[in-house]
Amino acid sequence: MAKLARKVALIGAGMSKFGRNFPLKRNPDMWVEAWLNAVGTVDNGIAPKDVDACYVGNYSSDLFNHQGHLGPQMANLVGLTPKPASRFEGACASSGIALRQAVIAIASGIHDVIAVSGVECMNELPTALVTDTLATASDALFEYPAGATFPGLYATIATAHFHKYGTTAEDLMHVGIKNHINGAENPYAQMQQSIKDMMASKKARYQEEGRDVPDWKDEFDFLKSSSNPMIAYPLRLFDCSLVTDGAACLFLAAEDVAKKFTDSPIWITGTGQGSAALSLHDRDSLTSFIATREASRQAYEMSGLKPRDIQIAEVHDCFTIAEILAMEDLGFYEKGKAAEAVRNGESKRDGVLPINTSGGLKSKGHPVGATGAAQAVEIFKQMRGIAERNRQVKIDVTRALTHNLGGSGGTCVVTIYEK
Amino acid sequence: MSESKDFTIQNYLEFIQNKKLMGTRCKKCNELYIPVRKLCTKCNSADMEWVEMSGNGELAAFTSITVGTPYFIEKGYDRKKPYCFSVIKLDEGPMISGQLVGVDESKPDTIKIGIPVKVTFLETEIKGETKIDLGFMPK
Repeated sequence: MAKLARKVALIGAGMSKFGRNFPLKRNPDMWVEAWLNAVGTVDNGIAPKDVDACYVGNYSSDLFNHQGHLGPQMANLVGLTPKPASRFEGACASSGIALRQAVIAIASGIHDVIAVSGVECMNELPTALVTDTLATASDALFEYPAGATFPGLYATIATAHFHKYGTTAEDLMHVGIKNHINGAENPYAQMQQSIKDMMASKKARYQEEGRDVPDWKDEFDFLKSSSNPMIAYPLRLFDCSLVTDGAACLFLAAEDVAKKFTDSPIWITGTGQGSAALSLHDRDSLTSFIATREASRQAYEMSGLKPRDIQIAEVHDCFTIAEILAMEDLGFYEKGKAAEAVRNGESKRDGVLPINTSGGLKSKGHPVGATGAAQAVEIFKQMRGIAERNRQVKIDVTRALTHNLGGSGGTCVVTIYEK
Repeated sequence: MSESKDFTIQNYLEFIQNKKLMGTRCKKCNELYIPVRKLCTKCNSADMEWVEMSGNGELAAFTSITVGTPYFIEKGYDRKKPYCFSVIKLDEGPMISGQLVGVDESKPDTIKIGIPVKVTFLETEIKGETKIDLGFMPK
């Protein structure tokens, strides 16, 4: 894997508030909010005249909002037309791909500065149709007729992982509990509540309504109760990421112009992308994502870093089991060993390898096409030391990684950041 | 004659409608594919032949789905009556997706990965039309 022909820096990153924003806010509204938020993070300021192109990651505005052709729509709203503006699609890895393509375009010398956008507005559809729209990222011909839903596919992976490695539903609960604790510290997150907070507010509400107040003894007790219904065995509601509307914006610049914008650039030193058959049945393994292994292999090789060099990571926890798989497939842990690391708290904010300090897709929310870019926003903040509330990690982060997965693992983009 | 049919998805699906589970085999390197493939991605040969599968295999992974797809809701499944999606490793080698029946979907803890299964063709009447989907059941 060759090095980039020209170094590329992340010089600014921001996002809209994630949540149930529709109908108060739609893609164009959220995108402008994210743009303004990102502009505010560029030390010496940035204006549309400084930007050469707009790369938009979006999964399915066609089905969610009956709107295609987002490239020029988004570019125009921030004053970038008539410059090149394109949309990239790779299911939930859409803006990870947009980010990677922007890196490649800048490294090639074609562009000096690119605005990367990630947008998705999912709540315009009722939940059943959201699920159905997401299912189009799986195999419509052979998995869907067999009854596969998106949670169902990850649940299938989970049963295979449980069987092979002894991972348990309780291990998955540890992932959700941690990510909610992190999300509670993120003012941009959809659910800014730890599971303990949620239990307390539920109890208070029951009391107020004069109903029997449940006596859950801890989070696990709550997560095993009927308050956390089964969606697809063994995955319950709190194993699934959220249906979210949101946008994120990144500014990337070539080495020679980056210093005009900031004295503290974050360098993108590794990028990799992998693919796999859409159908689980068409793959060699049900317990490992080959697209993740391939994307990370490329990114590590390009950066010259090893998994053990990474200090923090944002990984694609669309379902709790996906975080476990990512920890293994990225090489942080041997296959079958991630669950133990999670149980030991190694992935907590103060652990040896903090994962998803943003709250992850589970708590921050998962506006699918915006997720890849939003992961980079968290890494930018953690590396700059500006993460809000109490979620800034205590170490000085000089090497970080994002892992953005598409569908049930058909696409993966891995990015490595250094300062 | 079935053997002369084009290696298309439509023909594969028609076989299933006729309750036949058919794969394609590369005549050059013997690699077996199911569902249908026209091109062998192992040796790049496009010289394929249809082969009927035994329909026997083992349960590789599964889930019991309480919040189903619109198609399965139409089939009558819901939170009170979940259904199982499964991946089956066929005796011939390849894996395939299908609904798992003949198990207690509401007690998924009792369903064991690795159990031997055999193919079953599931008939559903939807709007006066009979549709046949691929299913598997414990032997």
